[in-house]
Amino acid sequence: METILTINQLTKKYGSLTAVNNLSFTIKKGNVYGILGPNGSGKSTTLGMVLNVVNKTSGDFHWFDGSDSTHTALKKVGAIIEHPNFYPYMTASQNLALVCKIKGVSKNKIDEKLEIVGLLERKDSKFKTFSLGMKQRLAIASALLNDPEILILDEPTNGLDPQGIHQIREIIRKIASMGTTILLASHLLDEVEKVCSHVVIIRKGIKLYSGRVDEMNASHGFFELKANDLVKLQQLLEEHPSIGKITLNEDLLTAILEEPMGADDLNSFLHQRGMVLSYLVKRKESLEEQFLQLTNETAL
Amino acid sequence: MLRLLNIELHKLKYSRSAKILISTYFILITFIALIASIEFDLGPIHFRLADQGIFNFPFIWHFNSYIAAILKLFLAIVIVSMMSNEYSHRTLKQNLIDGLSKKEFVLSKFITVLLFAVISTFFLMIVSLILGYSFSDFTELSIVFSDMEYIVGYFIKLLGFFTFCMFIGILIKRSAFALGFLFIWWIFENILYGVLNFRLFRDSDIPENIMQFFPLTAMSNIVIEPFSRLNFIKTAASQIGEELDKDYGVHWYQLLIVIVWTVIFVYLSLALLRKRDL
Repeated sequence: METILTINQLTKKYGSLTAVNNLSFTIKKGNVYGILGPNGSGKSTTLGMVLNVVNKTSGDFHWFDGSDSTHTALKKVGAIIEHPNFYPYMTASQNLALVCKIKGVSKNKIDEKLEIVGLLERKDSKFKTFSLGMKQRLAIASALLNDPEILILDEPTNGLDPQGIHQIREIIRKIASMGTTILLASHLLDEVEKVCSHVVIIRKGIKLYSGRVDEMNASHGFFELKANDLVKLQQLLEEHPSIGKITLNEDLLTAILEEPMGADDLNSFLHQRGMVLSYLVKRKESLEEQFLQLTNETAL
Repeated sequence: MLRLLNIELHKLKYSRSAKILISTYFILITFIALIASIEFDLGPIHFRLADQGIFNFPFIWHFNSYIAAILKLFLAIVIVSMMSNEYSHRTLKQNLIDGLSKKEFVLSKFITVLLFAVISTFFLMIVSLILGYSFSDFTELSIVFSDMEYIVGYFIKLLGFFTFCMFIGILIKRSAFALGFLFIWWIFENILYGVLNFRLFRDSDIPENIMQFFPLTAMSNIVIEPFSRLNFIKTAASQIGEELDKDYGVHWYQLLIVIVWTVIFVYLSLALLRKRDL
């Protein structure tokens, strides 16, 4: 698969503070990537470095096959980071026309892209009259002007109301369905979970995980069970070789699997031993639980 | 090159304040003509400035390039704000993300500044030619186009000053503070001259020799005041026993100092931009 971005041992230090520490990952064409991390974990700094606005301390990165200079490669990239930045005294379409001039693409796509983000009727309004949600959507339109190979979005829903968040997510989904590679930085787990296929998790500038969202946790999931005789149930479960840690929380037993097993197997195993369940469900950890697990493990 | 100029002009074209300041600047240059109508009526002394030879070729080149250079402050505001607004609107960041390199960014600003200086120079030439042909006592071609070094000096002076503004705009990032810094720098050069002249090196030309290397002094040295060349001032001066003996010429080394500063300012702007994280 074609590589879009390769980051190798990238490091950024602000004085004694290390914002990004030996970060390496690659981005392949066609996937939707999420960079996940708490506030101040180095997400924006990483994006800033690959987008030519923050100077790296050490390490390197290259776009595509590495044959173009960064600023030439950026003409094939669409990116918005943090705030939408435009000239307040220009209208939406004047701002986009300027972006076209910088990227060296023709202006005839302006209306088409404004249509995608639903701003076509406001194309002749000045940027300073826009609400935050509209500004953010205009930023997305501007990032799409060159039909980019990859769209980079840094906290695109930050500060928006629920309706605005929904609109932005719909737009992202629409763009992803057209086959554009997307890199989305966010501290919102459900946002990444809903939109992304791959995830890079960083904390304090250190990479904790990178790979598919659904392969993120090596664990085989867990069972939640209820029965009238919880003591006996717990004893039986402890005998089973596939089950590891068992925790009892009020009247709910949680049994973590150490190797793959279906709910039907467990059910017949218990039934053979005269145990009747009132509740049985097999679950995988949600991204949030996995994320907290990952970030806590290294905190210790 | 044209692409870069096109990008920068697009930014200026839609800014109302930039348009107002730029048009004010050019209108004020044409208002030099109004000096012609200044009349003094002091009892027995009655004269019109235009009749004192200020619009005579080739003196007009000196006079107009000196007067017009005062107005450069209007464009200074435009230039400082076109630099610092890129910071305050955070559009510099967006420009770079959109694929403009830092070098291209500085170059697009410098080309615009160069264009300002070129247009100002041509505009001043046209205004001077019109005024000269209307009021000058001599209109032979050889006289009309003599002393053109003042126009060259005016151009270099403007270019140097505008690049200085461009650099300050990038350095300070806020237009009001940047203009304040420009003013403070001007005071600094004056105080330094005062200290050198009255404290350290009395009665020698060392202060002038040192000061000519400072940017603002270097710029103002290129075209010095023309008033003491006027006949009625000379007469007045000799009446009070003062002999005015100044070198009014434009010298190559003065031009060179300002050109060197211009290069330094462009280079520093780029270096600053490269070094900074946005």
